[in-house]
Amino acid sequence: MTNELDIFVGNTTLIDEDVYRLWLDGYSVSDAVARRVRSGILEQTGATAAVLQSDTMDHYRTFHMLERLLHAPPKLLHQLIFQIPPSRQALLIERYYAFDEAFVREVLGKKLSKGTKKDLDDISTKTGITLKSCRRQFDNFKRVFKVVEEMRGSLVDNIQQHFLLSDRLSRDYAAIVFFANNRFETGKKKLQYLSFGDFAFCAELMIQNWTLGAVDSQVDDMDVDLDKEFLQDLKELKVLVADKDLLDLHKSLVCTALRGKLSVFSEMEANFKPPASGAEDRTPRIPAPQNLSRGLVNVAAKLIHNKDVRDLFVDLIEKFVEPCRSDHWPLNDVRLFLNQYSASVHSLDGFRHQTLWDRYMGTLRGCLLRLYHD
Amino acid sequence: MPGKLKVKIVAGRHLPVMDRASDLTDAFVEVKFGNTTFKTDVYLKSLNPQWNSEWFKFEVDDEDLQDEPLQITVLDHDTYSANDAIGKVYIDIDPLLYSEAATVISGWFPIYDTIHGIRGEINVIVKVDLFNDLNRFRQSSCGVKFFCTTSIPKCYRAVIIHGFVEELVVNEDPEYQWIDRIRTPRASNEARQRLISLMSGELQRKIGLKVLEMRGNAVVGYLQCFDLEGESGLVVRAIGTACTLDKLSSPAAFLPACNSPSKEMKESPLVHPPSLGCRSTQNSPIHTATGSRLTQNFSVSVPTLIYTGMGSGSAGKEGGPFKALLRQQTQSALEQREFPFFTLTAFPPGFLVHVGGVVSARSVKLLDRIHNPDEPETRDAWWAEIRQEIKSHAKALGCHAVVGYSESTSICEEVCILSASGTAAVLNPRFLQDGTVEGCLEQRLEENLPVGCGFCHIPYDELNMPFPAHLTYCYNCRKQKVPDVLFTTIDLPTDAAVVGKGCLIQARLCRLKKKAQAEANATAISNLLPFMEYEVHTQLMNKLKLKGMNALFGLRIQITVGENMLMGLASATGVYLAALPTPGGIQIAGKTPNDGSYEQHISHMQKKINDTIAKNKELYEINPPEISEEVIGSPIPEPRQRSRLLRSQSESSDEVIELDLSHGKKDAFVLEIDDTDAMEDVHSLLTDVPPPSGFYSCNTEIMPGINNWTSEIQMFTSVRVIRLSSLNLTNQALNKNFNDLCENLLKSLYFKLRSMIPCCLCHVNFTVSLPEDELIQVTVTAVAITFDKNQALQTIKTHVEKSLQRASTDNEELLQFPLELCSDSLPPHPFPPAKAVTVEKASPVAEGNFRNRSAPPCANSTVGVVKMTPLSFIPGAKITKYLGIINMFFIRETTSLREEGGVSGFLHAFIAEVFAMVRAHVAALGGNAVVSYIMKQCVFMENPNKNQAQCLINVSGDAVVFVRESDLEVISTQQPTANCQPLCTGGEVTT
Repeated sequence: MTNELDIFVGNTTLIDEDVYRLWLDGYSVSDAVARRVRSGILEQTGATAAVLQSDTMDHYRTFHMLERLLHAPPKLLHQLIFQIPPSRQALLIERYYAFDEAFVREVLGKKLSKGTKKDLDDISTKTGITLKSCRRQFDNFKRVFKVVEEMRGSLVDNIQQHFLLSDRLSRDYAAIVFFANNRFETGKKKLQYLSFGDFAFCAELMIQNWTLGAVDSQVDDMDVDLDKEFLQDLKELKVLVADKDLLDLHKSLVCTALRGKLSVFSEMEANFKPPASGAEDRTPRIPAPQNLSRGLVNVAAKLIHNKDVRDLFVDLIEKFVEPCRSDHWPLNDVRLFLNQYSASVHSLDGFRHQTLWDRYMGTLRGCLLRLYHD
Repeated sequence: MPGKLKVKIVAGRHLPVMDRASDLTDAFVEVKFGNTTFKTDVYLKSLNPQWNSEWFKFEVDDEDLQDEPLQITVLDHDTYSANDAIGKVYIDIDPLLYSEAATVISGWFPIYDTIHGIRGEINVIVKVDLFNDLNRFRQSSCGVKFFCTTSIPKCYRAVIIHGFVEELVVNEDPEYQWIDRIRTPRASNEARQRLISLMSGELQRKIGLKVLEMRGNAVVGYLQCFDLEGESGLVVRAIGTACTLDKLSSPAAFLPACNSPSKEMKESPLVHPPSLGCRSTQNSPIHTATGSRLTQNFSVSVPTLIYTGMGSGSAGKEGGPFKALLRQQTQSALEQREFPFFTLTAFPPGFLVHVGGVVSARSVKLLDRIHNPDEPETRDAWWAEIRQEIKSHAKALGCHAVVGYSESTSICEEVCILSASGTAAVLNPRFLQDGTVEGCLEQRLEENLPVGCGFCHIPYDELNMPFPAHLTYCYNCRKQKVPDVLFTTIDLPTDAAVVGKGCLIQARLCRLKKKAQAEANATAISNLLPFMEYEVHTQLMNKLKLKGMNALFGLRIQITVGENMLMGLASATGVYLAALPTPGGIQIAGKTPNDGSYEQHISHMQKKINDTIAKNKELYEINPPEISEEVIGSPIPEPRQRSRLLRSQSESSDEVIELDLSHGKKDAFVLEIDDTDAMEDVHSLLTDVPPPSGFYSCNTEIMPGINNWTSEIQMFTSVRVIRLSSLNLTNQALNKNFNDLCENLLKSLYFKLRSMIPCCLCHVNFTVSLPEDELIQVTVTAVAITFDKNQALQTIKTHVEKSLQRASTDNEELLQFPLELCSDSLPPHPFPPAKAVTVEKASPVAEGNFRNRSAPPCANSTVGVVKMTPLSFIPGAKITKYLGIINMFFIRETTSLREEGGVSGFLHAFIAEVFAMVRAHVAALGGNAVVSYIMKQCVFMENPNKNQAQCLINVSGDAVVFVRESDLEVISTQQPTANCQPLCTGGEVTT
């Protein structure tokens, strides 16, 4: 005797949260049944393994049918086939679009292309997340990216409207889209200590201040692309390190203000001003601990090149985070220094790019503080 | 030109991509009614077209309005080749034809294609302007209301219950026409859907005409079924109960039945004397087979109270003159009716006087091509014959009417089993057509009827009993005789005094049969049937005893015929009626008393059985009040003393055994184990596992002993098909397989619905079919309702108390009680119901419009919830309006079975789609629920080798508007909540 056909259809679609999670995690029906058995559900309910198998199959079928709708969540709300209470719909969508930290760190900033998709096997092996789940997460990223890429208006709002995600998740997706679009490098070894949350935080600041949307809310791609004109202008900041007088003045302003307040004052003082040699070009990959200001200004000046945009985070770590860390700056000192460093520029009479400086440094200060941890 | 139908096509959404190149669709719509077709413009390149068409107007006869469905076809325009069909929507406009139902149909309908399923939605508005037509000889019956509900609908009052109406229409099945060989499956399916839609429209119209003839205005308990007879055609038949209903909005006085003295039932043209009957039956030897089977029917009746015996129903001694008078009255009222049948299962208070027992008849027929669809005498004659049988069975039980009546068929190839069953009953003539009974008689009559037990009192003559039965004095009133067990097909009367809770009881049985052709086959089936009946009843009886209960309600016995087997499935709800005696235990008697180990085995089994009974009594809270010796000592006729003894003894629980042996083999409680078969039977009795704690189940409307429902309901359909291993199938193996199938299905349901605990599965409806040689298909539809556990504990007491209280109130109050309830609860309602409805209705329409305007869907507008339930009520809510009957038939076919997830994926999707279409139609009518929902047919056929499958589903129900009681309370400040509590929670008070 075998069950040829075995179905259960409720007028209100039954959703079992535990089974949904197993399905999202990419387990096969038999694996899911095994896991459910291990959870002790049989003892709790007095059911048999056959009942569990049938129940799991039913749920999997339902989820499979729902998946098509989950690809365009507003459809889920308007479709008539499955009667699902709104709170459950929200749960289905939210969970479907949720992603694993381990996974997102692997693909963050990568091009969401077929090539990357081929690497999912490796990612799956590396992270222990099933390939099926990796695919779902990757396809979600890609789908959201495709839909909002060319859209006007706030990135977060667009995501929220078209995918009906929670505010938190929409923000995360905005970061993913922003990173994918600008291809920021996040995979380097020295960046490994950073969490997705760190990057998402930076992304949000950058979207708010550095994109086209920050100045004009009526352009296409406003939130996904960096403001080219702004990047162009950043070159002007070079004067801060190129002009010796300005640099000295800036340093003395910062030092005066911070004297006695910083536990690492001497290190700061030593590092602020670069040694006379090698002032011109960046000496890549060699930490230049004695040159915080130069580092930050140089990063700005180079952002006009796409390649350097991609390396933004690598540069920030190399030019600022690592030197400070090696001198054991407490976070509070970093904060005091950055605040003073940004603010003192306003007192530099010869410097004309105050607004530009604020737009750059305001965001960078936030990012650096977030990135500065072990 | 009696009517104008107006249709507007507003918009579409989520259309499928029809043009691969552009990933878009150029959609337009054809609107067809009768032979007239209109088209909208083509809306280019959009998956969400906004047609916003003009009003298409059809000027039509109301006859057509009733018969024809409105057919809306969505197509993709193609400049170079034929336009591609996206899908269709059929809208039954019948609800727009009654004055009190819906006034407009407006909303989003799923666009359905028989090959692809639902493909997007379309927003349509439909209106009808009806002109009054006074033509006496008209063919239409607009205005007659139809209800699937098998009780008087909640916001109506029955003025008169006229009685049985039936009709059938036949046609050739398009699937079997020659043209089917050359047309596409889609065209064939659509032809079929359309034909059935037309036929049901016609059928409904014809039934309506009969109702008008009887001066009724409604059909309650309307049940329409399809017989897919294959080559020999397609039969659509319907039965129902004609009534004159009054809307309860006005506090009308309790009118006596209208006096229309010379209302002779018009001789139905369809019922011919048997001599006129058809060739097919007369010529075939099956006719005799049928006859012999029907006689066998009588012999089958022994163990239970059900089938009939001889004996005519003269007045019982205790009943005295009133009973006799009543009988005369009822008789006169009913006798002029050809078939005094009622499809109702719940009745207005006072309507049901006595219940005799279940009556049923079956007949095996050979199908023959229907030669002339306009003259379907053959099928009519078949049914007439069966109904006659039922009528005579009822007579033999001393009853003049049959309630809870239903008919069904099972077809396999050219053999067809027709079945009818009901409950023989004595009715109060006051509600019947010729209600000439004087008021005073009525009063005295009802004084004489103790509440809570009256219906249990035997209607037949004690001295001339139709079958052997143990009679005792009623345990409730001590005045009249009651049987020891009562089987019925109706719901538990609301005023019945019940002890403890009820439970679902099923008897399951399979019998192998040789494959045979035509007449030999029919004869073989005819010969098997009586044995199956007998065994099914024995099983039911044993299981009932095992539960410690004494009555079955809602009994439905389904016999299904397959190529090589017969299946019997009986479902009922067992209860302990306080009026009936405590059932005795089950006694096992071995045949070979010398064998020591055998003896031991027997006593072991006996102990197990006794334990089970004790456990069940505890589980279902069956602890009947102790009866004082004095009462028991009241005069009991001689032959019953022994059984009496047994009962009192078994009441004192544990120590059973010895005495029982004395009254031995005549008693139905004794199971004789004389061979391994019997052993198996006993085993199978004990294998039924009780539902997990927190779960109850029943197949009636309400669960006896639970009346504090909360508002959470979940209706579901579950389908299982098993494949039997074909080798060496024995009856035993088959029985076990079937039993496991049903038990596992129930277990799965309990598991799936565990989050609803404490909860009760109500109206559990099992249907068995045998689609192929080795396949058994079981379809279950039921509703799970949660209840409040804390209150549940007190229910038994309150229930009994309530009924006792009611018993003490004098008859007038008793009769008026429900009426007062309603007149109390309705008039103070600030909104007259109609208004309340428009408020309700406004929402879907407004929502629809809103969506039209805002092209990109936004997050906050979700689809309105439509509840579905097989019950006639919605817990915690009040039905304010009936919008019309929903009766839909769908075919789904696939040629890519694997790609759609195999048979399970295919059927799962299809059933979900059917639910969706039902909900959409209800929402478009302005409703928010379907009550009395039933899936009448689910015919599934597969051919995995060809990667194909096909399924036909037929569903029906009543679209309604309900208002939550909590909302009602907010609206009406004056209304004490206590009043509406009993109205809805029990779903019981019929008005």
